[in-house]
Amino acid sequence: METTEGVFFITGKDFANAGVASCELKSILEKIGVDRGIVRRTAISAFEAEMNVVIYTPAGMMRYKVTPDYIKIVVEDVGPGIENIDLAMTEGYSTATDEIRSLGFGSGMGLPNIKKNTDELKILSIPGIGTTLEMVINIKKE
Amino acid sequence: MTLNEIKDILQAEVLTFKFDENMDIEMVCSTDLMSDVLAYSKPGVLLLTGLVDGAAVRTADIAHVKAIVFVRGKRPSKETIVLANEKNIPLLATKLSMFEACGRLYVNKLQTSIEAG
Repeated sequence: METTEGVFFITGKDFANAGVASCELKSILEKIGVDRGIVRRTAISAFEAEMNVVIYTPAGMMRYKVTPDYIKIVVEDVGPGIENIDLAMTEGYSTATDEIRSLGFGSGMGLPNIKKNTDELKILSIPGIGTTLEMVINIKKE
Repeated sequence: MTLNEIKDILQAEVLTFKFDENMDIEMVCSTDLMSDVLAYSKPGVLLLTGLVDGAAVRTADIAHVKAIVFVRGKRPSKETIVLANEKNIPLLATKLSMFEACGRLYVNKLQTSIEAG
């Protein structure tokens, strides 16, 4: 397997297209021939991160790199940032509006679910500047 | 149980032209919260939901949901149906409530896809 890289741009509040980038990434991973279980974990992590960009920020981007050993996804946004990352990692904690909840999201499971589905998760967030999520899913078992 | 048997049990209408009547279904996830599908559901399930927008189909695609049944007589847009055909995810619609739809499937031995916490 060769290394594959790419980038998607994500528009905030564009709920009609929410999840398109992650679905495209999933399709790419399937074409490459990545294990089905790893595809699912990667796609869920990417999708949760993408939904956070759509829900909370004006815009962001998702970069991905697929190597024979691991998949790395970096999602950056220019949103309001996360005031308290520990609190945001708590299952059920959410600042989503009722409108977001009516769309089936914003129940406070996003970041904890990313943590569950990735092998490494780094979150860098500066209030007023934006947030960067760096996610790694290992392909080869150590 | 096949998807066709589920269609009959739920008195459901098929909305997509992609419909494998022999598709095997063993487990069901019933929720309007897509976050719960992503966080708790196992792959290869049938999703019962009242959420009819494209996010339901994309969530199903991401989480390896096999097919979706919309409950309470809700109907998705044409765009959502087109998307489901593209993703090869059959869509069905029933007038039954979520409660009754789940009850009918439960007595027919289908299992939950979400483990009790």
